[in-house]
Amino acid sequence: MDRTLTLLSFGPNGWMDQIMYGFLVTGGLALATLPFGLFIGFLLALAKQSEVRQLRLAAEIYTTIFRGLPELLTLFLVYFGLQIGYRQTLLFFGVEGGIEINSFLAGMMALGVVFSAFSSEVLLSAFRAIPAGQYEGAYALGLGGVRTMTKVILPQLVRIALPGLGNLWMILLKDTALVSVIGLPDILRQAGIAARVSKEAFLFFGIACLLYLLLAILSSIFISAVERRVRRSEVRV
Amino acid sequence: MSFAEQMIPPRSPPPAIAPGWSAAKTTGIIAMAFWLIVGVGLIYFLFSAWDPAKVARYGPKYLSGLGVTLTLVSVSIVLGALVSIPVVAGRMSYNPLFSGIAYAYVYFFRGTPLIAQLFLFYYGLGEFRHQLEAVGLWGFFREPWNCAILAFTLNTAAYQAEILRGAIQSVPRGQFEGGQALGLNRVQIYRKIVLPQAMIVALRPYGNEIILMIKGSAVVAIITVLDLTGETRRAYSRTFDFQTYIWAAIFYLLIVEVLRNVWNWLERRLTRHLKR
Repeated sequence: MDRTLTLLSFGPNGWMDQIMYGFLVTGGLALATLPFGLFIGFLLALAKQSEVRQLRLAAEIYTTIFRGLPELLTLFLVYFGLQIGYRQTLLFFGVEGGIEINSFLAGMMALGVVFSAFSSEVLLSAFRAIPAGQYEGAYALGLGGVRTMTKVILPQLVRIALPGLGNLWMILLKDTALVSVIGLPDILRQAGIAARVSKEAFLFFGIACLLYLLLAILSSIFISAVERRVRRSEVRV
Repeated sequence: MSFAEQMIPPRSPPPAIAPGWSAAKTTGIIAMAFWLIVGVGLIYFLFSAWDPAKVARYGPKYLSGLGVTLTLVSVSIVLGALVSIPVVAGRMSYNPLFSGIAYAYVYFFRGTPLIAQLFLFYYGLGEFRHQLEAVGLWGFFREPWNCAILAFTLNTAAYQAEILRGAIQSVPRGQFEGGQALGLNRVQIYRKIVLPQAMIVALRPYGNEIILMIKGSAVVAIITVLDLTGETRRAYSRTFDFQTYIWAAIFYLLIVEVLRNVWNWLERRLTRHLKR
């Protein structure tokens, strides 16, 4: 029991400071991926409801590919693909030598691409739930395209899409654990190192699972708060 | 007093504005050109990197890896369906103890990453080696394959339990009451009335769950099970040939797309009687 408490302490003999660093890395990676993934997802959703056939098709291809690939494989494709691409580019300019790709960046790209593919579907169905009268009303008021979007459509879109996006955020949080495979010092990797050194695998992987649960609980509290906030304007019947 | 002296003669509507060359169209064509270049580039790459020696060496391994992935997923989906039944019973129970346990189970397995659960079972249980040897279960937990099946079964059981519960609760109460009025017992009501209706609701989420499992099963490669991803990793570490990953991607996309289309067909077929 004493040993367990020592292992779980902050300080030179404990692993908690390393694991808490991993906690911050996991949270940071998910937070850094979110805006990037949402932005691409939004553009994809716009493309999917465009009148231009080529644009719709291109967005569909993107979604099919990145929704169908396992997240782990996408991560490997991005990680090794970037590595090889970078080396080839260097060779092209006559420079010899490889380079380590930053695993945070590779993870952010891979997870962001997957997140955007899924979020585009959520946003698309939210777009479809907004009646055409809203666009016509904005047009009648003389609003332009951008202002219609920001003042009329987006506030409603957020409200409709939030539950779906909340689910995707939970999935994103869990998917960040995969990036530990390419060496990012997140919760899982730090717990794995602690487990290997201290030979207390069950303890440390259990702690890792509890920390992921903590992240999930914190986010669900936050998401329901945001949901209440955006629902203020809804007409109560 | 003024009034119109003559009627305005009827006119044909103004000509429809021809859809001009818009920014969207330019973007669309650029995007399609990009995909075309990527596609052609990939085909060219796969052709130029085609090496009969490598294909003879790694082709069969890929197929066996594919078999491992499919076996793993189907076994854990079926076992998970069995495990999910008591979990659903617990979730829907009025006994706070049972429903609390079932809720905690579902929350834990849905709230943590599959890869962390896998590590917890594979590395974590290895630590209880002496206890497990004492009860004669060490031989089971030593194998990464068994740990993977166990972790996947428990994981998918939690997701399937939520799917099943949602589907059962989507059947209106009147259906239960009607069954009771007809003098059927609980088992008969579930078997003949509730489940057939619930299953149609659950069909699509079940399909999604299978696809999620196929994609999620890639993580077993980390604990040395040689599934499709595991074989790919091994082939890549020996050849440093990027086409190994491309082939794995093609295989996964094929499985997922085939399954998705089969599921769409199945759903259309099974809901024929609901079409109006």
